Amino acid sequence: MDAQTIIAKRIARELRAGMLVNLGIGIPTLVANYVPAGVSVFFQSENGLIGTGPIPEDGMAHPTLTDAGGQPVSALPGASTFDSAMSFALIRGGHLDMTVLGGLQVDARGRLANWMIPGKMVPGMGGAMDLVTGAKRVIVAMQHTAKGKPKIVKECGLPLTSVRCVDLVVTELAVIGFADGRATLLETAPGVSVKQVVEATEAPLTKAAKIEEMRL
Amino acid sequence: MKTISLESAAAMIPDGASLMIGGFMGVGTPERMIDEIVRQRKGKLAIIANDTAIPGRGIGKLVAGGLLNKVVASHIGLNPETQQQMIAGKIAVDLVPQGTLIERIRAGGSGLGGILTPTGVGTVVEEGKRRIELDGKSYLLETALRADFALVHAFLADYAGNLSYALTARNFNPVIAMAADTVIVTADHIVPVGVIAPDHVVTPAAVVDYLVANR
Repeated sequence: MDAQTIIAKRIARELRAGMLVNLGIGIPTLVANYVPAGVSVFFQSENGLIGTGPIPEDGMAHPTLTDAGGQPVSALPGASTFDSAMSFALIRGGHLDMTVLGGLQVDARGRLANWMIPGKMVPGMGGAMDLVTGAKRVIVAMQHTAKGKPKIVKECGLPLTSVRCVDLVVTELAVIGFADGRATLLETAPGVSVKQVVEATEAPLTKAAKIEEMRL
Repeated sequence: MKTISLESAAAMIPDGASLMIGGFMGVGTPERMIDEIVRQRKGKLAIIANDTAIPGRGIGKLVAGGLLNKVVASHIGLNPETQQQMIAGKIAVDLVPQGTLIERIRAGGSGLGGILTPTGVGTVVEEGKRRIELDGKSYLLETALRADFALVHAFLADYAGNLSYALTARNFNPVIAMAADTVIVTADHIVPVGVIAPDHVVTPAAVVDYLVANR
């Protein structure tokens, strides 16, 4: 199983029936492929849609039914559409149960940087700052390291997305929580040792009383 | 509300005007208006919109034409030409969190001086802004936005100027329709009054200044 699949499958296990969930671009989008059987969730696309469905088959795309990247999507029965003010009122106003976002860095307290690399990549924050600030639960989906360098660091060198701490970081190696403001190792991926996770992490890791193996 | 030709509608926009433009990655953007603005070579425009789409589509055509000197948007990442012109100093780009951007526009159209939002507190977005503590929570004071013109695209417009929108092509359109001195609308279909039931009108005709005739 590749890193992205491990991450997406593990995060999918956080989904509960009836949740309103927003998935970011990249690995987060893959989470929708692994919704547990019998669990029905509402996926929001911040361009103004609740009830996004799979990518339409060839020839079935509609030019005014798109995701936040402008790509064609479908709408499931019971879907609704609305303007951008409503969309972000849902996000900031305590109506969004969970958001899953990509990450560049997460610090020891769980603060996320995911929207710019000064001098290199300045795409704009889009909806990321509102999502991290406003969602009831924030989960970061990212690879544990980038080019061998840890992404879970003592202090973020990159500009923060929000001062609100995320709830969970899921990587191909581990699940790390931030319940009491400290990075806490909760689970390791199958075949991965605690030592491997610690070595790939710059931030000090508190170890949970019982570190479980990630169920996928 | 007056009906107007596409050419006359674009001719009303002077060089240097500020424009709010509907659309999200080009979906729900008034494409015909954009094409006509490019054809008439309007210059030094300041635009307020969610994004600058991709090269060759929607607002991307205004960027490619070199017609912009200011962009207020939440995302320019999918249009390398916007980033190149920003780095070259041709376009001043003000990046605003999407929820803050749309709410500042809503405030501008609603007679409010601004809004208080927790988004951006403690980040680079806070620079130069007032932080206000209220009931133990921190907020940024974000000021209202208005523009000279709003370029709106609807799905249906009736002869009176009532508007409804299609699916995700709604996005910024009904919000910007409230926040500009002059509101110019294009629509996929122009229909008799009554076809859009009163319950289904999203933007009331009273806020529309010009409806561009279809060909």
